[in-house]
Amino acid sequence: MIEARQLAKAFRDRKRGEIRAVDAVSFRCAPGQIYGLLGVNGAGKTTCLRMLATILQPTGGSATVAGHDIASAPEKVRANVGFLSTATALYGRLTAKEMVQYFGRLHGLPEDVLARRLDEIFASLDMNEFRDRRCDKLSTGMKQKVSIARTLIHDPPVMIFDEPTLGLDVLTARTIVEFIRQCRERGKTVIFSTHVMSEVERLCDVIGLIHGGRLRAEGTLPQLRERSGAQHLEDVFIKLVENTGQQP
Amino acid sequence: MNWRSISVVYRKELIDSLRDRRTIISMIVIPVLVMPLLSIGMGGAAVKLATKAAKEIPEVMVLGGEDSPKLMVALKKSDALKIVPPRADFTNQIADKVVRAAVKIPAGFDRAVERGERTAVPIYYYEGEMKSQMGAERLEQFFRTLRDTTVRERLQARSLPADLIRPFDFSRQNVAPPQKVSGNLIGALIPYFVILLCLTGAMYPAMDLAAGEKERGTIETLLCSPVARSDLVLGKFLLVFTASIATAVFSLCSMGATFAFAKSFLISGAAKQSAILSLSISAKSLFAFFVMMLPLAVLFSAAQFAIALFAKSFREAQSYLGPLMMVVILPAVGGLMPGVELNAGLALIPVLNTSLVSKEIFTGTFHWGYLALIFSSSCVYAALALAAAVAMFKRESVLFRA
Repeated sequence: MIEARQLAKAFRDRKRGEIRAVDAVSFRCAPGQIYGLLGVNGAGKTTCLRMLATILQPTGGSATVAGHDIASAPEKVRANVGFLSTATALYGRLTAKEMVQYFGRLHGLPEDVLARRLDEIFASLDMNEFRDRRCDKLSTGMKQKVSIARTLIHDPPVMIFDEPTLGLDVLTARTIVEFIRQCRERGKTVIFSTHVMSEVERLCDVIGLIHGGRLRAEGTLPQLRERSGAQHLEDVFIKLVENTGQQP
Repeated sequence: MNWRSISVVYRKELIDSLRDRRTIISMIVIPVLVMPLLSIGMGGAAVKLATKAAKEIPEVMVLGGEDSPKLMVALKKSDALKIVPPRADFTNQIADKVVRAAVKIPAGFDRAVERGERTAVPIYYYEGEMKSQMGAERLEQFFRTLRDTTVRERLQARSLPADLIRPFDFSRQNVAPPQKVSGNLIGALIPYFVILLCLTGAMYPAMDLAAGEKERGTIETLLCSPVARSDLVLGKFLLVFTASIATAVFSLCSMGATFAFAKSFLISGAAKQSAILSLSISAKSLFAFFVMMLPLAVLFSAAQFAIALFAKSFREAQSYLGPLMMVVILPAVGGLMPGVELNAGLALIPVLNTSLVSKEIFTGTFHWGYLALIFSSSCVYAALALAAAVAMFKRESVLFRA
């Protein structure tokens, strides 16, 4: 379960003064559900997800992830989260196996459990062919699989995906989308940010429209269509963002 | 603090670094291979050049002397000098290295010597130019011999003994044991090299583990792990510290081996007996030196890691850490300066204090009060640098600097 309450993040900038990257965002995401955070570049999606993954600290509000408060128990939150984004790169000089082992050990897995989990994940993602190859020698698709294995090694109940398909080719993006769907099937709580409308339509149970750091609208796809009076998600997004933008 | 997590981070960084060609070059190849080759090569070349210069018969210009045939004949007969025709622009000739030195014979030199009148002979040379100085020394030697001969002849003419102008002799006797003699020479040099090696050994890994990680985008991946940020820093710091110590140890071993090789095979005869070659450093001195260097290596590793962490890229880190070399070299050179002696004030200046106390350690002098003061002050600086590195790693504005 993820629950954000009035979550906010403000940065200080010498030239522009205070920037409210995320402003009083509240939402809930239950186990077995995919929550899609949809917004344009710079809307505040990454900052919001980084706060939930405790990589950044909020300047206002609070959130609980898997029952732990992100401010008071960040390490417990991270132990229960798998975080994947295009910014989470791999160590090029480690092999695929070493990379996943490293994160398993950082999560404190006993060696026998780690070995078993590693074998299971490598088999299910068809990674055995390149398990001993260095990450800098892998193709983009192989690298994405290693990243997925890295997020899964400690079997977290919560998965956070920050624009995971950004810059990927169709086939690799498809692997990721399929993986996100499997996470829901396994009963995990999934939050997923993107600016690709089609991915949201295909994957998300609940959609939150974020713009200018604020959550402008939230609901299932049929609910959002009804509220906006538009059919295509792109039109839904523009109408709802424009309407709510007039009354911030 | 979770030692298990720190050890996981450390082991991963060790594997990662040992697979990096640049780390291997800076930590092992340069100290073990390049430095000995350079020192043997440069030392050999210097000895060869100096020997060649010493064998050369310098070309010197004699200005005047037309009315002193006796002196001119003696000068021309000298095997140690080659006389070239005089020219008015003799100073330019010396500066352009056409001739090595020149001497101006005062008018009526022979006559003045016969009459017992005092006269002065100026010798011209180029200060700082080794071959010019050697030419001037040969001329000085010639005139010194001529003066001694003249004195002897005058004493003989008056039937006086030669010892008249040399009523007694004196000589210097060294009371310092060989360990102290070599300790003074080596004791000043070794800390200087080791301090620099500890600094440079930590430089590349610090940049790679801090700025490099940010540049490659792995920092966010690492921050996803449940390990406390202080533990991540400590694991990474320990690797930088290992590289710093390893570089210094590899270099010292290789310098020692080069020294032993040079002593056994390259230097012959009487030169082996000179103080610098009769080097003997006690195990106690080496151990004390190592202990004193530890907090300094911690300081260098933590400070460089903290600075590199601030940089967005490897290149930016290089531009921050480059000038740090100068900040360290200046106090390290302080230990090499003659007359700079350890006192309570200097014992608190980082780098300089270790440089000075190491010099004493190698001469077998152990001022326990100073040793304790320096060790504890260095530990305080090291702890502050480590705390700064941890604080930097917890700052979002540093980790995600746009």
